[in-house]
Amino acid sequence: MKSFKFDGLVLPLFGILLVLALWHTVAGKKIYVLKESIEVVHASVIEAVPGGEAGWSTLKPLLNKPPLEAAKIAAAIKSLPNGAEIWTALEQNLEERRVGLISSLPNVVETWQASKLYIMEPFAKRGEMDQGILRFSWYSLILVAEGYSLALLIGTPIGFFLGLSPMFTKTFDPLIQILRPVSPLAWLPLGLVLFLSAGKDAGTYGALFTIAICSMWPTVLNTAVGVRAVPQDYLNVGKVLKLSRFKTLTKILIPATLPYMFTGFRLSLGIAWLVIVAAEMLTGRPGVGGFLWQEYNSLVYEHIILSIITIGVIGFILDRLMSLIEARFKAIS
Amino acid sequence: MAFLELKNVSKGFGGQRVLSNINLSIQEGEFVAIVGYSGQGKTTLINLVAGLIKPDQGEVTLEGKTVTGPGPDRGLVFQNYSLLPWLTVQENIALAVDQVFPDWTAEQRLAHIDKYIGMVKLSHAKDRLPKQLSGGMRQRVSVARTLAINPRILLLDEPLGALDALTRGTLQDEIANIWQSERKTVVLITNSVDEALLLADRIIPLTIGPGATLGESVPVTLARPRDRKGVNHDPEFKRLRALVTNQLLAFNANRKVSLTKKLIRPDILPEDLEAPRVNRPPRRPGEEKHEVVVTS
Repeated sequence: MKSFKFDGLVLPLFGILLVLALWHTVAGKKIYVLKESIEVVHASVIEAVPGGEAGWSTLKPLLNKPPLEAAKIAAAIKSLPNGAEIWTALEQNLEERRVGLISSLPNVVETWQASKLYIMEPFAKRGEMDQGILRFSWYSLILVAEGYSLALLIGTPIGFFLGLSPMFTKTFDPLIQILRPVSPLAWLPLGLVLFLSAGKDAGTYGALFTIAICSMWPTVLNTAVGVRAVPQDYLNVGKVLKLSRFKTLTKILIPATLPYMFTGFRLSLGIAWLVIVAAEMLTGRPGVGGFLWQEYNSLVYEHIILSIITIGVIGFILDRLMSLIEARFKAIS
Repeated sequence: MAFLELKNVSKGFGGQRVLSNINLSIQEGEFVAIVGYSGQGKTTLINLVAGLIKPDQGEVTLEGKTVTGPGPDRGLVFQNYSLLPWLTVQENIALAVDQVFPDWTAEQRLAHIDKYIGMVKLSHAKDRLPKQLSGGMRQRVSVARTLAINPRILLLDEPLGALDALTRGTLQDEIANIWQSERKTVVLITNSVDEALLLADRIIPLTIGPGATLGESVPVTLARPRDRKGVNHDPEFKRLRALVTNQLLAFNANRKVSLTKKLIRPDILPEDLEAPRVNRPPRRPGEEKHEVVVTS
């Protein structure tokens, strides 16, 4: 039990911390540079804030020692009784800058501060594109669920046809192999064109089309492999009993193929979740992907990182859930 | 007219003749064992009778009717059990019973299934999945599934081949008992002469392929029930065992495999001491020698 905890929990946590530390090291941070000499700044603060001398004495050692880290100065000002007034006076003499290896990349603390509201109130709705992160995820998940169901409904029968009929395979397999590697970004415009007549809903239908057509292939191919892998012995049992075609399908073929089908379903879900982000970015729908793209355009880079982490975590959870179901079927046969 | 008849049946796969000129007739209620080496077409033979494959030449008839495909009148017990792994013992048998007796009520079918599970002594395990059963138990389920559809003839394709010796013995006795009570026509495929002697009324050896055919049949007149311990000292049992074993060995004696090996000797010979000492060339004859090795 002890070693399980160490391997399963401590090591991954250690890995996460390591990457966070690396991120924080290379990321930029905000600093101030005094526009004037410290004496001039002192004079202007004293002039603007009556009784500012007491506050100045705590600030002075900080200001004397560049680089002036924004976070430290903010903390010092917050502790002063007349901090707000001093800050108003001081601010005019400060110039903001970002420094660091990748100065435009928000660091861990900045990301947390900017994301706190979205995480602490995950279901809040403050505006169309200003909602809690889980509310956005929920929108995305609904769309994924729809597109994914469509993919399974179409993909599974195609997989069975491929597995059962060599003729069908010869006819359609090359086509499938050509369509399979096409990127979701390429399908989406076609989807939008296909549903142009739907007007306002074209974006939704286009996104559904893209999710369905991109996430279908693992289901199709795994089902086909599964059907071909059904042992001849099982089929012989059906033949000796003279099972009808329908009964052979429901009693033997489908149960025997299920483990393979669920491997396909799991991979398909992963792809559907990949595609949704791209689809939302291009259509501007509210959702995690849409939020990410909007915040990039509004220069709130912290929220890009928040969105990426959210997408990753949800994708991981979906995959784990599907693995659990898959393992159940694998265990039987 | 015989109950089951094979007339001049031949079957090949991919140009290679596996079985040729098989003639066999079996009476109703007879227990026939076909004994032969592995890989010589025993399973092909039983699949022909089951209708899973069609003969290239000749025909198989059951009660005068030509066999054209598989059907539940010929119950086949598979070599590898072939239980569906996602169904419990009861469900596996139910699949067969529901298919063959669709007119029965649900209670009738259930009672029927229970009867056969009881017959192979698996009542305690009827809700288990095949993977939770031992090899012997799985084969008993397979036998029960086949018996439950009440076939006209029972085809046993090396049913005990994959089992350990102890389980094998127990199951042989069980098959003998079931046959005593049901008196079905049985064709048993096996590679064990003792097994055939313990169970069958008649033993037919299968010759060595390619193009294997049936040898001369040996009637087994030992009294039933045959006691596996006592029978070892029975002179008749010993005589039959020697007879069948010698027949089988005689088939194999005709089959010799010869292979040619290319042997290369070290490419140098001892120096010729007679030759002058200075500038004496090394002798490298580059000789090859072929040797023919005959193995039996």
